[in-house]
Amino acid sequence: MPEVLKIKNLHQTFESGTVNENRVLRGVNLDLEAGDFVTIIGSNGAGKSTLLNSIAGTIPVQEGQIVLNGTDITKLPVTKRAKNISRVFQDPKMGTAVRLTVEENLALAMKRGQRRGFRPGVKKQDRKFFKKQLAQLGLNLENRLDTEIGLLSGGQRQAITLLMATLQRPDLILLDEHTAALDPKTSITVMELTEKLINDQKLTAFMVTHNMEDAIRYGNRLIMLHQGKVAVNLAGEEKQSLTVPKLMELFQKQVGAEVEDDAMLLV
Amino acid sequence: MAIGVYLTFRILDLADMTAEGSFPLGGAIATMCLVKGVNPFIATLAAFGGGLIAGLVTGFLNTKLRIPSLLAGIITMTGLYSITSRVMQNAANVSLLGKETIFSIAQKWGLSRNNAVIVMGLIIALLVIALLVIFFRTEIGLAMRATGDNPQMSAANGIKTEQMKILGYMISNGCIALSGALLAQNNGFADLNSGVGTLVIGLASIIIAEVLVRNLPIWGRLLTLVLGAIIYRLILALVFQMNVEPADAKLASALVLVVCLVLPNFHLPRNLKGGKNHARSTKD
Ligand SMILES: Nc1ncnc2c1ncn2[C@@H]1O[C@H](COP(=O)(O)OP(=O)(O)OP(=O)(O)O)[C@@H](O)[C@H]1O
Ligand SMILES: [Mg+2]
Repeated sequence: MPEVLKIKNLHQTFESGTVNENRVLRGVNLDLEAGDFVTIIGSNGAGKSTLLNSIAGTIPVQEGQIVLNGTDITKLPVTKRAKNISRVFQDPKMGTAVRLTVEENLALAMKRGQRRGFRPGVKKQDRKFFKKQLAQLGLNLENRLDTEIGLLSGGQRQAITLLMATLQRPDLILLDEHTAALDPKTSITVMELTEKLINDQKLTAFMVTHNMEDAIRYGNRLIMLHQGKVAVNLAGEEKQSLTVPKLMELFQKQVGAEVEDDAMLLV
Repeated sequence: MAIGVYLTFRILDLADMTAEGSFPLGGAIATMCLVKGVNPFIATLAAFGGGLIAGLVTGFLNTKLRIPSLLAGIITMTGLYSITSRVMQNAANVSLLGKETIFSIAQKWGLSRNNAVIVMGLIIALLVIALLVIFFRTEIGLAMRATGDNPQMSAANGIKTEQMKILGYMISNGCIALSGALLAQNNGFADLNSGVGTLVIGLASIIIAEVLVRNLPIWGRLLTLVLGAIIYRLILALVFQMNVEPADAKLASALVLVVCLVLPNFHLPRNLKGGKNHARSTKD
């Protein structure tokens, strides 16, 4: 399997040089092969979003290297990475332009990372394609192409954002707690849709979640971020046979080790 | 002009003070061209071009040099004062007496002076609106609207948000300079100080238009802006009929604006609380 993403010794520190210095990532190493669907867990503030932001380019990398499909993208701006990387954010409002219509949003995403010119933004033949794509969401959105996105519910928007992220096949898709703001039922719908889209296009994906069951059920790999490092990295059989209690145990072990360290220091 | 202000204020979600400088600049450029005997349409177009450049400067200051948009606008506005003065060869007023203007051309079609202004004004306003509507439906136009709406999402989709903002500033100030050119031709002179209050008039027109008819597609909104501008003028005219002294004129128009801004809040709570929220709150 060819390597899609390689993260080498990634460090991120916020407010360095001040009393508030916050070393969030302290040497993350990670390799993703084509088709890997990696779920990421870790406590609040563990640096999960920071990791995804570093990959997408919204925060500059301080130390380390990120290689996508053999190209070093460590220093590329967000817009240059957009051709290959798509994202779905936690907040449904973040993923779409609220005052644009459904079809206008989809048309924007169709052109992700490509040159934009003076051709019509929404083309006739696109409209048919959009309808077909929307129909597969099963949310009755196919007849609402002209609706402003702001009028849709959070779940509907999140489903559309997912569609937008996959309309133009990305090399890597980043999902950051993208179901966290949804009610349990919608959350399940969106998760199933996520899996379907990822499987259909054989996408390489990162998915941050606080839901341990989701982290176990979906994807072929699971990593846990702790203290700025990849503390647990499971794949294949190990991942398949995982259960919530086992995962909790692993989690406790990581946190426990830290408590013991502190205890040692106190002595 | 209201259309120009609308572009930055609502589409890009910025309050652009450059307006106060590009308005007289447009008037000055058009007037000087006309004095030299240039075709009135070309003179008007040249004014538009001057506005584009003014917008480019503000856009550059705001995005590349990272000066906050309000400050960037004030800086350009201040600098433009000198430039406009230079364009007018250091005179505070330049007369167009006896020169051909786009309105005198319309008069040649057999229209009365007043009708000529109305007809020509409408033709140009409709033309600008039509061009803008077409533009906003292109790929770049969509990208620009998305940038004002959600810059993060736009960047994630590969839109160069800085370039979009600069382009927005440019088109906006182009429109404002164009209206400056029209006003100068209507008044029969260019006035270095005609920019004072431009932004306020523009904002008032937007607000009146939005109070009149809410939630319109973009072409409808642009049309109602023209209506908003006219109504604002009418309100002002009414106020001035109540024997307001010239010295108090600006105060009176500021008060009218406050009333326009505040009135809808009493009827419709959660309204008009800034650019994007407006669209959202009225629809949520
Ligand atoms: N742009 C930033 N500037 C300063 N500090 C930041 C920035 N982004 C993140 N941080 C800090 O980095 C730490 C990690 O944040 P991050 O958002 O990556 O955590 P997370 O694992 O995604 O947590 P959560 O589960 O709560 O989403 C936090 O302490 C946060 O305050
Ligand atoms: Mg997070």
